Amino acid sequence: MSKAAAQIFKDEPLASTPFALGHAEANTCTTQRPDPALARIHLQFEGLGKTYRTEQGPVHALHDINLDIRHGEIFGIIGHSGAGKSSLLRTINRLEQATEGQLLIEGQNIAELDEQQLVKLRRRTGMIFQHFNLLSAKTVRENIELPLKVAGIPRGVRRRKVDALLALVGLYGKSETYPAQLSGGQKQRVGIARALVHDPEILLCDEATSALDPETTQSILRLLQEINQHLGLTIVLITHEMSVIRDICDRVVVLDKGRIVEQGHVWEVFGRPKHNTTQTLLAPLQHNLPADLAKRLTPQATWPDDAKVLALYFSGQQREPDLAALSNSLNGRVRLLDGGIERIQGHAVGRLVVAVEASPFTASELVQRVQAWVDRAEVLGYVAVV
Amino acid sequence: MSLLFERLWQGLLDTLLMVGLSSGIALLAGIPLAVFLVTSGRGGLFAAPRLNQLVGSVVNVFRSIPFLILMVALIPFTRLIVGTSYGVWAAVVPLSIAATPFFARIAEVSLREVDQGLIEAAQAMGCQRRHIIWHVLLQEALPGIIGGFTITVVSMINASAMAGAIGAGGLGDLAYRYGYQRFDTEVMLAVIVVLIALVTLVQFSGDWLAKRLNHR
Ligand SMILES: Nc1ncnc2c1ncn2[C@@H]1O[C@H](COP(=O)(O)OP(=O)(O)O)[C@@H](O)[C@H]1O
Ligand SMILES: [Mg+2]
Repeated sequence: MSKAAAQIFKDEPLASTPFALGHAEANTCTTQRPDPALARIHLQFEGLGKTYRTEQGPVHALHDINLDIRHGEIFGIIGHSGAGKSSLLRTINRLEQATEGQLLIEGQNIAELDEQQLVKLRRRTGMIFQHFNLLSAKTVRENIELPLKVAGIPRGVRRRKVDALLALVGLYGKSETYPAQLSGGQKQRVGIARALVHDPEILLCDEATSALDPETTQSILRLLQEINQHLGLTIVLITHEMSVIRDICDRVVVLDKGRIVEQGHVWEVFGRPKHNTTQTLLAPLQHNLPADLAKRLTPQATWPDDAKVLALYFSGQQREPDLAALSNSLNGRVRLLDGGIERIQGHAVGRLVVAVEASPFTASELVQRVQAWVDRAEVLGYVAVV
Repeated sequence: MSLLFERLWQGLLDTLLMVGLSSGIALLAGIPLAVFLVTSGRGGLFAAPRLNQLVGSVVNVFRSIPFLILMVALIPFTRLIVGTSYGVWAAVVPLSIAATPFFARIAEVSLREVDQGLIEAAQAMGCQRRHIIWHVLLQEALPGIIGGFTITVVSMINASAMAGAIGAGGLGDLAYRYGYQRFDTEVMLAVIVVLIALVTLVQFSGDWLAKRLNHR
């Protein structure tokens, strides 16, 4: 947590800034975050569909979306380009109207809101964008305070609020600059501050880090996490960077051609992607076999004493890989050739590539024997022992 | 010499009056017109496609009539408004009517260039339509609108020369009567110098202001 942010959450006077209320105590001990999957339902999609009417005919962007997103959750949406991610996100603040089914926010069907109530809903729902969408003619301060200004909040209150937010996002001293003079990361911080200015309960992020370099992405993600933890916001985010989902999301939904094809905890979906789309999306996270190894690998054993190369998959279902047990069950000299284990939400997920030499068992027998200790095992081939 | 100076001075004042008034009216009427043209289209903030087409066509009609013809055609209307069809004040009417659609179309282009994402962001933050027009459309397009207004003023300086035909005076009329009809090159040159200075000054101020207000 940045120093400025720490300041915000601890200092007494800031209790007067509404967004610190209620959350301050809960966070003085920053231990394990409770599993948001157990919290109350915040957003509930019921058979939601969206069809755009265009001159070239109807475009069916979303079909039968059933989904619930819980309070305080960081919820990811992934899918190929054109899958309907933005359409789904934009139904939440009714930038797009659902054409079928409904969306309940805290039990309220948002299709029933009139103009005034819709404005209120939008003030309770912050949104940040890939290209930041800051007003170039306004300073940082004016950008952040605009949502308050149009809501008729008096000047003094606006001023304090903006100052607190500038501190929160780490942009103190930049209040009088224009967006054009800021870096991408700074612009997104302004975007975040602007989105938070009405103390929303929901934050929508449409590819919010896609225009940023990896380092800046990390800092923005940290900021989003801080916001989620300390303000208790529900965050719904779209990204094409799987690492973003892995690093900060609780649950994820995979969209394909407007339909949900997979959803669940990130470690589940990432540990054992079932649908084709998910597998292709996750491909960048998967390590391919190192080239030198791939070259030496043969599909059949050339010599009886060739080493058998196995891939062992761990999808976080069971305990962390037990090296002694693996070695015992494989019964031979086991070399670790390649691979890695990542922890996603406390689950060990990954793949290890091992070569087994001098084992009395055949490759398929090895797969059988190791079964109990891995989520899945497969024979990759054989290499000659040199 | 002093006579020449006096005539030039009077011509300049007449030109400034005609151009100033008609451009001012174009500014006041043209911006709402441009905002209407941009926001009333299909899928716009105040969607009214039929009316949008109608107004668009009217604007086009006025834009396509050459100024000299427009001025003559408008004589009855001018008389109705200012009580006379002759003189500086009578020229202001057709000049304004020519300048407004001209400026509105240029301003419209600048307004259309405002990124759709900004409008969306404004909606997402709970802005109502009037807020979007004021805080997003107009303010973001301001440098472009100022550039367009500069062009309008220069065009009106041009058009006002023709207003001599209805006895409005002004620099153009001076050059025409003395320079062309009486072969008085001295007057013509003097007028050209003043006009160049005037146009340069307008263009320079416009550019300077647009640049100052552009924070992109
Ligand atoms: N305003 C719109 N009008 C018509 N079609 C649209 C509109 N917005 C999106 N679409 C279409 O809906 C589908 C889903 O788009 P979108 O939600 O933007 O996908 P994603 O964000 O996953 O790339 C695409 O086929 C897209 O062309
Ligand atoms: Mg999108």
